[in-house]
Amino acid sequence: MSRIFRTTVSHSILIWGVLLMIVPLWLVFASSTHTNSYIYNEGMQWKIGGEFFENYDRVLNRKGGFTKEITASGIFYNSFIMAFGIASLSVFVSMMAAYSLVYFKTRFSTLFFWLIFITLLVPLELRILPSYQIVSDLNLLNSYAGLILPLSASAIATFFFRQYYRSIPEELLEAAKLDGANSWKFFIDFLVPLSKTMVAAMFIFMFVYGYNQYLWPLIMTTSEKYWTVVMGLKMIYGGNSVDRYTYVILSLIPPVIIIVFLQRLFIQGLFQSK
Amino acid sequence: MSYLELENVTKIYPNGTKAVNETSLSISEGELMVFVGPSGCGKSTLLRMIAGLEDITGGVIKLDNREINKVDPSERDVAMVFQNYALYPHMNVFKNLAYGLKNKGESKEEIEKKVNQVAELLEIKEFLLRKPGQLSGGQRQRVAMGRAIVRNPKAFLFDEPLSNLDAKLRGQVRIEIKKLQKQMGVTSVFVTHDQVEAMTLGDRLAVINEGVIEQVGSPIEVYEKPATHFVAEFIGTPQMNFINGKIHSNKFISDGFECSINKDLNDQEVIFGIRPENLKVSTNGSIKIKVDLIEKLGADSIIYGYDKSNNYLCYRENGNTKIKANDEISLEIEDENYHLFDKETKKRLN
Repeated sequence: MSRIFRTTVSHSILIWGVLLMIVPLWLVFASSTHTNSYIYNEGMQWKIGGEFFENYDRVLNRKGGFTKEITASGIFYNSFIMAFGIASLSVFVSMMAAYSLVYFKTRFSTLFFWLIFITLLVPLELRILPSYQIVSDLNLLNSYAGLILPLSASAIATFFFRQYYRSIPEELLEAAKLDGANSWKFFIDFLVPLSKTMVAAMFIFMFVYGYNQYLWPLIMTTSEKYWTVVMGLKMIYGGNSVDRYTYVILSLIPPVIIIVFLQRLFIQGLFQSK
Repeated sequence: MSYLELENVTKIYPNGTKAVNETSLSISEGELMVFVGPSGCGKSTLLRMIAGLEDITGGVIKLDNREINKVDPSERDVAMVFQNYALYPHMNVFKNLAYGLKNKGESKEEIEKKVNQVAELLEIKEFLLRKPGQLSGGQRQRVAMGRAIVRNPKAFLFDEPLSNLDAKLRGQVRIEIKKLQKQMGVTSVFVTHDQVEAMTLGDRLAVINEGVIEQVGSPIEVYEKPATHFVAEFIGTPQMNFINGKIHSNKFISDGFECSINKDLNDQEVIFGIRPENLKVSTNGSIKIKVDLIEKLGADSIIYGYDKSNNYLCYRENGNTKIKANDEISLEIEDENYHLFDKETKKRLN
């Protein structure tokens, strides 16, 4: 009896959570399949309309913006490149940083770690002027490299990798040393395969972080060719038209693809159980 | 001939702790040397210095006539079996065994041949494709052994490899290790705090205490002629009995009893030691004890009691004893089997 009760309660909580996630999405999706004027007059819709292909084709392929240089598909591509670059680079950099912090016991490694860690207190928004200055001096304004590089050192990912490496028993390193593994080999043959779930988790975090960037791309791109997804929403598709719904739905696809591919590893990574 | 040679090896940690102090020892080819001592005595540190996992503060370590102080662990040609095995969790058993060979640059066929040979020897062939997480403790232990054997090193180093096994398995594996070691004839160092392991495995023991080797010798030598009070105390269960007293005109005198000494010694303060099995009940025995506790182990019985001056003594008798608690019994020393230690230096006198 009490088991049935418990199951019912827990399932209703879960179902409620699912609805909370799904309903707004459904509302946006259903609304994105109607004509502009219908939505304008009737508001958001629960039922699917007949304009699916027309709307999605228009948003994806019509050139927008002031200079008519960019389409929504171009914007998604830009954001994907930026997010993918930030995710890959920051995972790589953090792994290397954590590796050196944990395994090369220099005198000040703890100090270095905390120095890296307190950069969490100084997010990009706070140092946006010097960052702009540097990127501008490097002639990287309006380029993918300029979008990616300033965001590709992550203190939080370094922290996670460091904690994970510290949990790997010392004997493993010693056994590998006796088996003739040098420090590079140990990294490639041991730490990389052992931390692949952690890599997946960090990759997703950093991908979403990169995908959601607004202020940085806004400030450092002047050419519409490099616009990213959040900027596009604000500048092109934010108007009072059905296109905004279509755009929002489309913009979800790249992160969803990443999560679908890495989901299994991602969950294992969050709940490190072997 | 000496194969693995330690000369005045010293280890001082950066915080000033002296883990190993001027230790010298020579181990001949094919010998199984056991380092035994209480935890924290420096035996593992010494082993890790031989392996190259720990820097050497002072002294020289030579293997096969080559000084290896500054040689990288991978170049020393030694293999180690760790206490927790340290198997590579993400590789299957085959890859665990093959990893060292692969790093040496051996060919695929060669690796396959060697791994299969070792797998056959250790009867782990059917597990070759499993990961360590899917093996039992005993099987993991074998894989760890296999990883050491497959490289055909100049020396095996064992760092308490049996302590994670249950008692029954430990006994089996102990015998297997001994057999394998003899069969392969590889010079080995085995670290343990378990004196039964030490006694049964070792060709020779090195009893270590506080970073210093107290005695080196065959198990029987160490047992029958402990060189110091510490060795006498550490080796043997139940522990040797100790009675404080002094020598006076070739007689040992304590509050509880007296006994004449068969060796010319100066009059001095001494510790008199006697093993439980070297005592026997006798009507006119000179040691009188009041029985406090009896442990019946089946094959023999161990009887504990207090003598006149409140020394807690222990005596071993075969079979199921008829002695009961609170009995008063007299004991005598069998065949003059006693040990005398200097009270100051703790060194053996007789």
